[in-house]
Amino acid sequence: MSRYILSRLVLAVVMALLATLVIFLLANTVPGDPVLAQLGDLAASNKEFVAEWRAKWGLDLPLWQRYVIFLQQLLHGDLGISISSQRPVLQDIRDFAPATLELASIAFLLSLVVGIPLGIMAAMRRDSWIDHLARLISLIGVSSPTFWLAFIMLALFYGGLQIAPGPGRIDAIALPPTSVTGLYLIDSALGGDWDTFRDAAAHLVLPSIVLAAATLGLITRTTRASMLESMQQDYVRVARAKGIRERRIVIGHILPNALIPVVTLGGLAYANLLTGAVLTETIFSWPGLGRYTFRSAVTLDFPAIMGITLIVAVVYLFINLLIDISYALLDPRVVR
Amino acid sequence: MADTRSRLSSVRTPATTGTAVLDVRDLRTQFFTDAGIVRAVDGVTFSVAAGETLGIVGESGSGKSVTALSLMRLLDEPARIVGGEVRFQGRDVLAMNPDELRALRGDGVAMVFQDPMTSLNPVLRIARQLVETMRAHGRFSDEQATARAISLLGRMGITAPERAINSYPHQFSGGMRQRVMLAMGFSNEPALLIADEPTTALDVTIQAQILDLIVELNRDFGAAIILISHALGVIANVCRRVIVMYAGEVVEEGPTEQVLADPRHPYTWALINAVPRIDRHLPGTRRLTTIEGAPPDPLGIPSGCRFAPRCPFRIAKCDEHPALLDLAPGRKARCWVTQSGEPLPPPMAAQTATAVSTAVPKPSETAIAEPLLKVRGLVKHFPLPRDGLFGPKKVVRAVGGVDLDVIEGETVGVVGESGCGKSTFARLVVRIHEPTAGSIRFAGQEIADASAAVIRPLRRRMQMVFQDPYASLNPRMTVGDILSEPIRFHGLTESARETAERVEELLAAVGLNPKMAIRYPHEFSGGQRQRISIARALALKPEFIIADEPISSLDVNIQAQIINLLIDLQERFRLTYLFIAHDLAVVRHISDRIAVFYLGKVMEIAPAEDLFKASLHPYTRYLISAVPIPDADAERSRARLPLAGEPPSAIDPPSGCCFRTRCPIAKPICAEVTPPLAMLRSDHLAACHFPGQF
Ligand SMILES: Nc1ncnc2c1ncn2[C@@H]1O[C@H](COP(=O)(O)OP(=O)(O)OP(=O)(O)O)[C@@H](O)[C@H]1O
Ligand code: SF4
Ligand code: SF4
Ligand SMILES: [Mg+2]
Repeated sequence: MSRYILSRLVLAVVMALLATLVIFLLANTVPGDPVLAQLGDLAASNKEFVAEWRAKWGLDLPLWQRYVIFLQQLLHGDLGISISSQRPVLQDIRDFAPATLELASIAFLLSLVVGIPLGIMAAMRRDSWIDHLARLISLIGVSSPTFWLAFIMLALFYGGLQIAPGPGRIDAIALPPTSVTGLYLIDSALGGDWDTFRDAAAHLVLPSIVLAAATLGLITRTTRASMLESMQQDYVRVARAKGIRERRIVIGHILPNALIPVVTLGGLAYANLLTGAVLTETIFSWPGLGRYTFRSAVTLDFPAIMGITLIVAVVYLFINLLIDISYALLDPRVVR
Repeated sequence: MADTRSRLSSVRTPATTGTAVLDVRDLRTQFFTDAGIVRAVDGVTFSVAAGETLGIVGESGSGKSVTALSLMRLLDEPARIVGGEVRFQGRDVLAMNPDELRALRGDGVAMVFQDPMTSLNPVLRIARQLVETMRAHGRFSDEQATARAISLLGRMGITAPERAINSYPHQFSGGMRQRVMLAMGFSNEPALLIADEPTTALDVTIQAQILDLIVELNRDFGAAIILISHALGVIANVCRRVIVMYAGEVVEEGPTEQVLADPRHPYTWALINAVPRIDRHLPGTRRLTTIEGAPPDPLGIPSGCRFAPRCPFRIAKCDEHPALLDLAPGRKARCWVTQSGEPLPPPMAAQTATAVSTAVPKPSETAIAEPLLKVRGLVKHFPLPRDGLFGPKKVVRAVGGVDLDVIEGETVGVVGESGCGKSTFARLVVRIHEPTAGSIRFAGQEIADASAAVIRPLRRRMQMVFQDPYASLNPRMTVGDILSEPIRFHGLTESARETAERVEELLAAVGLNPKMAIRYPHEFSGGQRQRISIARALALKPEFIIADEPISSLDVNIQAQIINLLIDLQERFRLTYLFIAHDLAVVRHISDRIAVFYLGKVMEIAPAEDLFKASLHPYTRYLISAVPIPDADAERSRARLPLAGEPPSAIDPPSGCCFRTRCPIAKPICAEVTPPLAMLRSDHLAACHFPGQF
């Protein structure tokens, strides 16, 4: 077991190294001159000024030298200086990450808590109303475009019924809680500031539903399918032939097998939520990584793009590691 | 513990001896499919007395499993029990509510299923799966149940049960898992155990172990047993009484020995004749007595006697549906002819005398010539994926140095248990696999390390037929295309017309209607598909055919048809066969010489008759003794050699003689010196330091 984990860990580190290379190469071979994008038309027409700017940011060195420098800086936790914000990229990311972490985690929990039971019940009462409901929910979740869903939600609950707050993490006039973790729910709870807690929670409702929709649909669908498959297995018939109660069969025999694929899907979905909330964050003015990514991309802010991509890669590798480990815990056949 | 022990061996005395534990009357189970209603079980009546052993035999699809599942109401939609009565110890099972049913299952009646690999939940420990069975019926506390689980596992022949109980199913072999299933079945001391093909997925020596265990358990626990099998030999081994099913009906019932010696239904008669037996002299001709055709389409069952379309004894009256009637005390049959008092010809006497009798050149006549295939020191290792990044590099020694000759015109059979390297050997010979070492000479040419260009012309001359006729035919091609593809690829014909003629010729040769060339594989039955595979192998007019378990997935009657076909084709086209199978009786029947494989090595090679009469290697003796014979008397009078244990892993085979871990006469030298395969009598080779001493 520990050998299995160790080998996965080593694999993850190797992958991370590879990722730095790929990221670096991608960022440096993409068409579009970052200097021109940064300087604006007037300054860009000035040859001397452009050369000076290039030298300042190290853009005139050969590719491999730039990669070595990039790696050295990485080892010191230095992701470079963002061209547009003029601040260390790591610091930018540190500022933007908590908002995303909070939103993505709530959305993830939502899709698990709703999706898994819904999928289980749909499979157990096949073709009943609950199965149809589950199918409808997953269809809507998977197929409706984010901006459309966000628009409907905002129009209905914020504009129309006025029961949900508008965009942002808290009310525009309110002060954010004292920063400990950067997660508003936790920070306000730690400070005992329940008004802010409620405010932050209310602001999370609409964006997390919008963000969760697709994941929820996928998890419901996968849980249902994998339950149905496990229910067909011989060992279920054997359990029934042994006189085990139906409830025990579901909980003790079917679920442990059915949840194995859901774990993989869930892990990857979480990674997706953490890194792919651009649209939702933009619509809900959510000051998260998605918006930072978007901004960096349109300004061709290469250090920032590299930093974000690296963080994304690390998040994926880490979650993959967690998936592998939980796989080994759930399925004794994985580790010999 | 003492308490558990005594419970374990206590015999539950039947309330009144001779009364039925189970009484089934006119049971009808149907599948309501989109295509129509399948009457899978159609009016089945039988009863089982306390402590009795009843066999149910019949070919695939005859309704054996559906009957068994109906008894415990374990079927799901679209299956429904639409009529009849099932009484267990007098109680009406079909009228039970879900709670009563649950209390019955696993307690009064237990069941063991065919596939031990899928019957245990892969993510739960053995302990949990055993204990929950006992806990579910509230007979034992947690500790008692665990203690009892351990002693049951020990009773079922699992070594170190205290350790085994904490394992997961994948850590066990198929035979061990079936032992666990039996422990589970007996954990609540049921009055009836239903075993649906419990040994079909197992090797013959393991099958013998499990069948012996079932007989013992029946004796010690006093539970009645219903044993379902397609193999008469298995039933003869265990059951005092047998019922024969055909197309959802019982067609015959009676004491096993009487039914086997003197069948009263033509279907039973055909079943008995279709299986070659190892205790009979080989008849002059090797053709088996078969009946043509296949069981009726479950959606279009004939209205008269259901067996009529295949029955060689059919009379005019057979257009009416016969009833199951008493013919003699304890004997019933559903046949107009036997009910009118006509006897059926004695088994094995009737031979369909269509055999062409051109004498096959016997090995002795041609032995001087260079063999068609000459294999020396053939080795194949498969690398295993490493255990993690740092695990040691391991290999499976699938074939570990094989010497074998095949002489032109003869049939060499290869037998051995699963995993002994039979299939790998076949694939090496046709160079589907790359040999690790050794030499393969085919028609005088070395092909072990020859390039593809050298092999291609030889490929034409040697062809392979695979086990699974479903997987080996491309479902998107018509049969005509499948057969003409190799002909066109090798440019054997001049024109499309000639190709078409050749395809028709091939289909006719394997006994199929040439008009079927336009059909797709899925429109054929298993037996017909195997005929198509054989036709494809013949398309290039080969001299040498390697058949890897060509009949294992087929029913006995269809098996017999294919064996006959292979024999006819051999005579007609002067073919040489390498015939691989795990069924010893079949291999003995068809082969001139037989090679016995164990753990990737040849243990013994001898002429068929010689091998069975005077085997020299201990393993061969065991293997032969494990084959069930479909004759109750023969089964009883024959001393059975129980081979303990299971083959060791091919990753780490024993030193010296690889059989020594299970050999009862192993001496110290066996661990140190590998016995060579030596000629001990004329044409009879064995690899043992003490040949014939067992
Ligand atoms: N799920 C199903 N849907 C429709 N028909 C079915 C289904 N399962 C079984 N049948 C049909 O019921 C009939 C009896 O099948 P059953 O499995 O009892 O045969 P069997 O004698 O046990 O065969 P085998 O030797 O292959 O195990 C067959 O005609 C089969 O096609
Ligand atoms: S009733 Fe007729 S067709 Fe049916 S088995 Fe008897 S002889 Fe054959
Ligand atoms: S060589 Fe020894 S161990 Fe091997 S079969 Fe012969 S007697 Fe048994
Ligand atoms: Mg069956």
